[in-house]
Amino acid sequence: MKNAVNREIPDELLVDGREVFQGSNYKDNTRYTKVAPSVKMRTAHIDSKVLPTIRDAIKAVGFKDGMTVSFHHHFRNGDYVVNMVMKEIVEMGFKDITIACSSLSSSHDLIADYIEDGTVIGLQTSGIRGKVGEAVSHGKLKTPAILRSHGGRVRAIEQGEVHIDVAFIGAPTADCLGNSSGKGGKSDCGVLAYADADARYADNVVIITDTLVDYPNMPASISQTDVDYVVVVDEIGNPKKIASEAARFSKDPRDLLMAEHCAKVMEATPYFKDGFSFQTGAGGPSLAVNRFLEPLLIKYGIKMSWICGGISAPSVDLLNKGLAECIVDTQDFDTVAVDSVHNNPKHFEISTSEYASPSNRSAFVNKLDYVILAALEIDTDFNVNVITGSDGVLRGAPGGHPDTAAGAKCCIVVTPLIRGRMATVCENVVTVTTPGECVDVLVTDYGIAVNPKRQDLLEALQKTKLPLKTVEELKDIAYSIVGTPDPLPFKERVVAIMEARDGTVLDVVREIDAIK
Amino acid sequence: MTKNKNLTRLRRTMMFLSAQRPGLIKDAYIYGADSLLLDLEDAVAENQKDSARFSLYNALTTVDYRGTERIVRINALDTPHWEEDIRVAVAGGADGIRIAKCERKQDVITVCEKIEQAEEEFKKEPGSTLIMAALESPLAIINAYEICTTCPERMIGVAISGGDYRKSMGTKYYPDGNEIFAGRANMLIAARAAGVQCFDTVFTDLDDEEGLRRETQFIKEMGFDGKSLISPKQIKIVHEIFTPTEKEIRSAEKIVRAWRENESKGVGVFTVDGKMIDIAFIPGAERIIELAKASGVYEGDL
Amino acid sequence: MLLKKPAMAGTLESSDAQVTISPKEGGVDVEIKSSVMYQYGRQIEECVRETLKNLNVDNAYVKVVDQGALECTLKARVECAAFRSAEVDNGYPWGGAIK
Repeated sequence: MKNAVNREIPDELLVDGREVFQGSNYKDNTRYTKVAPSVKMRTAHIDSKVLPTIRDAIKAVGFKDGMTVSFHHHFRNGDYVVNMVMKEIVEMGFKDITIACSSLSSSHDLIADYIEDGTVIGLQTSGIRGKVGEAVSHGKLKTPAILRSHGGRVRAIEQGEVHIDVAFIGAPTADCLGNSSGKGGKSDCGVLAYADADARYADNVVIITDTLVDYPNMPASISQTDVDYVVVVDEIGNPKKIASEAARFSKDPRDLLMAEHCAKVMEATPYFKDGFSFQTGAGGPSLAVNRFLEPLLIKYGIKMSWICGGISAPSVDLLNKGLAECIVDTQDFDTVAVDSVHNNPKHFEISTSEYASPSNRSAFVNKLDYVILAALEIDTDFNVNVITGSDGVLRGAPGGHPDTAAGAKCCIVVTPLIRGRMATVCENVVTVTTPGECVDVLVTDYGIAVNPKRQDLLEALQKTKLPLKTVEELKDIAYSIVGTPDPLPFKERVVAIMEARDGTVLDVVREIDAIK
Repeated sequence: MTKNKNLTRLRRTMMFLSAQRPGLIKDAYIYGADSLLLDLEDAVAENQKDSARFSLYNALTTVDYRGTERIVRINALDTPHWEEDIRVAVAGGADGIRIAKCERKQDVITVCEKIEQAEEEFKKEPGSTLIMAALESPLAIINAYEICTTCPERMIGVAISGGDYRKSMGTKYYPDGNEIFAGRANMLIAARAAGVQCFDTVFTDLDDEEGLRRETQFIKEMGFDGKSLISPKQIKIVHEIFTPTEKEIRSAEKIVRAWRENESKGVGVFTVDGKMIDIAFIPGAERIIELAKASGVYEGDL
Repeated sequence: MLLKKPAMAGTLESSDAQVTISPKEGGVDVEIKSSVMYQYGRQIEECVRETLKNLNVDNAYVKVVDQGALECTLKARVECAAFRSAEVDNGYPWGGAIK
């Protein structure tokens, strides 16, 4: 049946209480009962939970065929943990494994082999790239992958839709009983926000670290109360790829043009006043918005109350200059952010639940004033796609996109009108990852469009000299430049389900052949 | 030949881009430069001159530049390329042609003759293709007045080209501009005497915004009409400096209004705010209004 | 127009297309590699064939490696490669065979 963003969802997927998307706040104020993990209790004196190898830990948790394992993605492209653990599981002969991770990056191409040979049969993630995306799109995974936002993942765990048998949590530092932190060690990633729900809800929790520190490792992001075993390995990641050098503003004039317009849009909206809250993505134009906000904050003598989300140097800079009161941090993208969360008492680590989950009593995103987000595609209904590329293959990450868009008072999507020959502003996005009802303003290099449901913002922007257009006009300009694209030759079979953050089905991704 | 109304259009910023690079020429108008300089000369390697022409022709004939002026910089007259450059620019419907390394009156005449032929060949309205001359040597500066006064029905004006000029003067770039002051001043005087526009050279250090600001302020005070640019990020700074102040706009408005009122009554000299005004003040005042409109700061109804 | 030798135009940069044209007998063969093959492969081939038809090139082997070029870029590269192949380097028929 068709859902609220006009996508046809096959009936055979609508089983076990799974519903189609019916609007962003369909589940607002409803109740549910949280699931609980099965926990092995320890009453006796314990000196250490350290095991010599990953294989020992896999044995110790009683690993079986068909289990679900989870990982976090704080080590980004520098992660060694996923491959290290999966290799061991496969070599031990286990099969029918489901991976439920917070995201996968291009460093996880190995998993594609395990999908191809059938050892991995299920995948639940907030991001999918490289060969794994290709394997899934080309129909190699036995069951449809489930794609969720960061908040949606926490919800699915809390509501029992994903049951994690074993969470393997890479930790930059840990002690012998498992108190773990994102700070310090050889693979410093600053925070361990994404692993919080895994530690609380998995039946078995194994910490994997390359830096065992003296007991107790306090303050800890993951508590010893949730940890079964600790394994020490040589390296859990490549530090250079975990936190990049200080993120710099894009020098691309197109990025800067769009970023400046974003800042001017913010300036013209009613929420731009002392104490507003702000989140921006890590992409070129999104990040560069900071550069144009700073002079505006100074001009009006106002500051932000808090900055949220994945953090890099520009946000830290605003905090250090006294232009933001504090940062609530779920992920660190560069060494500046890592240093700051270590040292600045106004820079706080929060869990992904606190950040973005729709299934708690309110996440930070629910109180956001502004969020600036990117898009691979956005259509004339303002629906955004950040997961499928121009060849129809999975290569992206909803991440916090749907969560922040739903929560913020003003969600601004910034994207060039065309990329190469692809129209970013289009008739129908390939996959809906964020519903258009959550997107308020679209900023492109060819003009700015306001979602018609936000007449209040439109009126505010009409008082400025910003180049306003309708989204249809932008789409027409795009097609006049690139030509109208032919439809992608998708097959019938569903290879991935894109869940809305409340667990309803927002869209499905179908199988497609590789371009020859 | 009717006078081309675009001769005197506003040209605060003229941005260079290689005609050969698809990513650049497809939509450079989005940055808001007054004119685009589509380059067939220095930005194009010797063995890609042909390729650049095809790229230029297809861009000129298919891309909607949304009113932004398109001027083609052709190769110098001592190369084997300039004639075909003119053919393609005219055939594609370029608004104008920039003559690289123009040194004397005859260069302008030579180019104009070729343009005339091309306009006939490609059935373009005679006189529809404008010209401007880049002065890049001491001889060019000495001949500036005769260059500026040749082919007046096509002649937009002149631009000094700092790189080659400095080299031929045996000097290099200095932040205070002393090394190029004589060239700028002589060219400007010649252009004003001839009644054509006058443009400054490029500023090459993209990271030195303060330097660009200082140099632009300086040439604006000298009386230049605008500046050649090499990057979109320079446009905003130059436009800001060429944007009239609120006070300048109010004063210009009063002068233009008073002139229209008095002119209809046959009065040629009058006072505005205690200052004597006659017809000599009108072009300057009108120009300020025009600049204010182009800069998006004019709220009045003139 | 008679093709005389294999010739190439364009680059492998993003938004560009590299076009190679070689003389051959028996019609026009077009081989396309493109990152946007699904959405624009058909239109790329149409553009190549139409451009060659306008140039009166009836026999050619054309290879296009497309990096997301707009049609005006693709057409420019095909034209340039064709004239290079025909060893013509001035007096081009702008607005005539070059539409």
